Amino acid sequence: MATRDPFRDAAGVTHRLLSTGELDRREMLEAIGVDSVDRLFESLGDLLLERPPDVPGPLSDGELRDYFGRLDRMNAVPGRDLVSFLGAGAYRHETPSVIDHLLLRGEFLTVYTPYQPEISQGTLQAIFEFQTLISMLTGLDVANASLYEGASGFTEAVLMADRIQKKRKKVVMSRAIHPQYREVLASYAKNLDLEIVEIGWDERGATDREALAAAVDGETICVAVQSPNYFGVVEGWDTASEIAHEHGALSIGVVTEALSMALLKSPGDSGCDIAVGEAQSFGLSLAFGGPYLGFLATRDKYKRAMPGRLVGETVDAQGKRAWVLTLSTREQHIRREKATSNICTNQALCALAATIYLSLYGKKGLRRLAEINLQRAGALRRKLPGVAGFTPAFDAPSFNELAVRSEQPVARVLGDLEKAGILAGVPLGPDYPELEDCFLVAVTEANAASDLDRLMEALADRSAAVPEDASATA
Amino acid sequence: MTETTTTSAGQSGDRRVPDVAWRNEGLIFERSRPGRVGVTLSDPGVPEQPLDDLLPADLVRDEIDGMPEVSEVDVMRHYTRISRKNYALDLGLYPLGSCTMKYNPRINEDMARLPGLAGAHPSQPASTVQGNLALLWALERSLVELTGLSRVSLHPAAGAHGEFAGILMTRAAIDARGEGRRYVLIPDSAHGTNPASAHFAGFEVKELLSNERGTLDLEDLDRQMTDEVAALMLTVPNTLGVFENQIREIAQIVHGKGGYIYCDGANFNAFVGKARPGDMGVDVLHMNLHKTFTTPHGGGGPGAGPVGVSERLVPFLPTPLVERNETGFYLDHDRPQSIGRIRSFHGQFGVLVRALSYIMAMGGEGLARVAEYAVLNANYLRKALEPYYHLPYDAPSMHEVVFDDKTQHDFGVSTMDIAKRLMDYGFHPPTVYFPLIVSGALMIEPTETAAKEELDCFIEAMVAIAREAEEDPELVKGAPYTTPVFRCDEAQAARKPVLRWYPEEGAGGED
Amino acid sequence: MAYPSNYLYSKDHEWVRVEDDTCVLGITEYAQEELGEIVFVDLPDVGDTFDKADEVGTIESVKAVAEVYTPVSGEVIEVNSALEEEPELVNDEPHGGGWLIKMRLSSKDDLGELMSAEKYEEFISSGDA
Repeated sequence: MATRDPFRDAAGVTHRLLSTGELDRREMLEAIGVDSVDRLFESLGDLLLERPPDVPGPLSDGELRDYFGRLDRMNAVPGRDLVSFLGAGAYRHETPSVIDHLLLRGEFLTVYTPYQPEISQGTLQAIFEFQTLISMLTGLDVANASLYEGASGFTEAVLMADRIQKKRKKVVMSRAIHPQYREVLASYAKNLDLEIVEIGWDERGATDREALAAAVDGETICVAVQSPNYFGVVEGWDTASEIAHEHGALSIGVVTEALSMALLKSPGDSGCDIAVGEAQSFGLSLAFGGPYLGFLATRDKYKRAMPGRLVGETVDAQGKRAWVLTLSTREQHIRREKATSNICTNQALCALAATIYLSLYGKKGLRRLAEINLQRAGALRRKLPGVAGFTPAFDAPSFNELAVRSEQPVARVLGDLEKAGILAGVPLGPDYPELEDCFLVAVTEANAASDLDRLMEALADRSAAVPEDASATA
Repeated sequence: MTETTTTSAGQSGDRRVPDVAWRNEGLIFERSRPGRVGVTLSDPGVPEQPLDDLLPADLVRDEIDGMPEVSEVDVMRHYTRISRKNYALDLGLYPLGSCTMKYNPRINEDMARLPGLAGAHPSQPASTVQGNLALLWALERSLVELTGLSRVSLHPAAGAHGEFAGILMTRAAIDARGEGRRYVLIPDSAHGTNPASAHFAGFEVKELLSNERGTLDLEDLDRQMTDEVAALMLTVPNTLGVFENQIREIAQIVHGKGGYIYCDGANFNAFVGKARPGDMGVDVLHMNLHKTFTTPHGGGGPGAGPVGVSERLVPFLPTPLVERNETGFYLDHDRPQSIGRIRSFHGQFGVLVRALSYIMAMGGEGLARVAEYAVLNANYLRKALEPYYHLPYDAPSMHEVVFDDKTQHDFGVSTMDIAKRLMDYGFHPPTVYFPLIVSGALMIEPTETAAKEELDCFIEAMVAIAREAEEDPELVKGAPYTTPVFRCDEAQAARKPVLRWYPEEGAGGED
Repeated sequence: MAYPSNYLYSKDHEWVRVEDDTCVLGITEYAQEELGEIVFVDLPDVGDTFDKADEVGTIESVKAVAEVYTPVSGEVIEVNSALEEEPELVNDEPHGGGWLIKMRLSSKDDLGELMSAEKYEEFISSGDA
């Protein structure tokens, strides 16, 4: 495709994103003592392509805006186009505009991993603040610099527990942990010698305590429970931790809605040895699933078994306080096949966004925000009985999400509401056949005040609709 | 008169520079003052019930001691001030070998923030996100075209993650053949993630020797390549910046015994648009979008690590994949032989948008120029620095060149010292002490976005440091002198780790 | 630094000091020099048993982690708990206060494969270390 770049010359083309023009190229070739750039690619021999690859471009900024603008308009998204009550591990929250402005500073955006502390104190300090905030929220001593996201983070937590326990083989986990988190663990565990036992839930929607107690023994590495769990039930970890510790197993507390930690009893206070999960709620846009922000925290005695990066405080040659990456000998670039994990990146920029978010909301703001979320879900639970054919699936307390049971087929209900401009929730059936008559509804401060009423009206319309026979399709 | 706390000017008690605490920004917690807040909270919009009615008291926590209470202005000031302690790519050359620190185009940032793209929930029905699915489709098509492979999964969260997926797929393919191959061959020059990934997938690692050219010793490969070996993991060009010119023979040896070729795509910037891994016999390749494809490093992530495969490995790709039928695009989760998912949801979507935006800004010919100028710049540096620094391997360099500190060692100056002194000259140091097969390695990758005059300044700095090493080694060994902090006590940080800030005992906030 | 003549040395740079049917094990001056500033020592538990060439623990410095192998078979009867607070003892007194573990030997046969102080010094200066 012919380039429209006006700087094309006989030998090739330059581009605004390349710093080399014709003059530069000639001078450098002369300095090297080579007559053309082609000579520098001789070792590739006949692997060299005869024609450049056929990918779209080069496009100007304006043309890019047109192209992506069209894609943008092909989507219908929460807030702008649709009322949404989607949660299930990714939550829509208001994002203070300050965050983006700071993230776009070149000194944060365009920097590498802070291996050279003398010129990376900004990044290192921000991560240290992040570690501190996660430690505070989880109620545990040490937090790492972040992991990719919640599901692989959960897997890393289980692997960490395995490393600490050494000779044990069994992992006991609640089925009410996010299905994708359990799926990822299964993908990793295929090649490891682990026995994974899943525990179901009781009539309250919380992990079945008796079944849990029966499954845990001296072979158990860890017990893992999520709270609020996938059904939105606030089950807490006290019981699970007790059972785990009775048998010398570790207690892992999983959190997918990090905001809940601002109001609910922390994993650390509930006996958890490791807290792990997703911090996307802290200022990260939904972004169709990523990049998100995994967090992991643990007790001081287990810190050397932690995966991921850690920033520590120290002093420089003049005694000035400074921060550095530390305990890095556990990581892959030094230990290679004995590394605690093969994670190279943390999610530094996302962690920075979360740190700024948490600083803005702060001690009182974050708690108040959590309360607002709680109140809205509380209002949903109160209004639901007013709509025939829909009830809360479980009686237990929730934070900002609950499972709703529908007398009509869930797929049809959700389909009809979608046509009315409402994404009413995430169906449970695909992951929990026993709950195929239920769907998850999350409501946060980002929903408009009128959203709940619209949802109730739309559901009420449906329940007034003439019930179609079972064979009719949506 | 103030005491002897030093300033970044490096001079104790220099009265010209006021030694006051507020010139050195502390932690956000240290800025905190009870009663401040940095947000305006929206109205709950519903009548509020007593907390007790909604949650049992024993599940409610107290206010979190030590969480900051600061205003929006405090936050802006704090993070702006600490940002200025960073050296950044936007400021100048960042010649980290193997990292491909190239300019991060800002149009990418704009595109990633388009509300229809950034505001989509991952669990929305496919009919409401056709734009996003079309975007993923377009990106996959572009990466397939650039790599010459059959399909690309956009699922993995980072290069190391994509690498892990690649090795898992190899494992799955071997298992599907009913074979029990236990080993993976890895060159001694490889990056640490390679053996770590292999180990995590349950393989044992066997190291391969490099020859004097720095590339694979074919005899050693032939000897070690048996039907017990599942795969060879290679980096092309290798971590010395040298192209594996016998790659076709290598592929023949490995394929001939039923193994797979895994290619670490970290160095794709050296030949993107000029050659394709698929044509070299590569079966699985991971790419680092935060390297070749300019998505920002952000201080250590987020990145993205798409993984591409040859036809025979397609069934094993992670789920989901983007597919198209008569009604439009959709995410295909129904892949029975897939290694499954290795993260929640679909992928690092925000990062993927940026990469596609870059590819389309460049076009095919533009990307070929990227590789050409990346290689040109590296060779320009090599030629200029060869008289001053020892070159452990003589083979032609592609996009990066590896020197070592052999010459400077005679004066007691090490690679670490050279790196630290470079900071005083206004540069981020190159990669140091990697690859491990070179003692005191100094790996320099300027990338194609470095301008000639910048390269000239870098050369001047390196030449000056070489001279300093000879004439005044102590000067180099004591560097840096002009940075926000000086050399840090990393031993203390590791011995007595202090991994968070603590509120002072007894200091509670007033309510 | 002189290598104590009443110690025996392994090719992996461990030393043992035999006392009747027990021995004390540590790493040599050469090893601590190579590792650099030691920040953490991971020791086995009292009661653990090992065969010759098993990994008994790791020593972590700022830049590296090294496995420690036992050149003899036996049972751990004591570990140097001072190293928890002061891992740098291994740097400062590698042959003395920086000892790692005490073991009850299950056999003295393995000792024959170890080197004398003189042989060890030759070994490390030969460049084969």
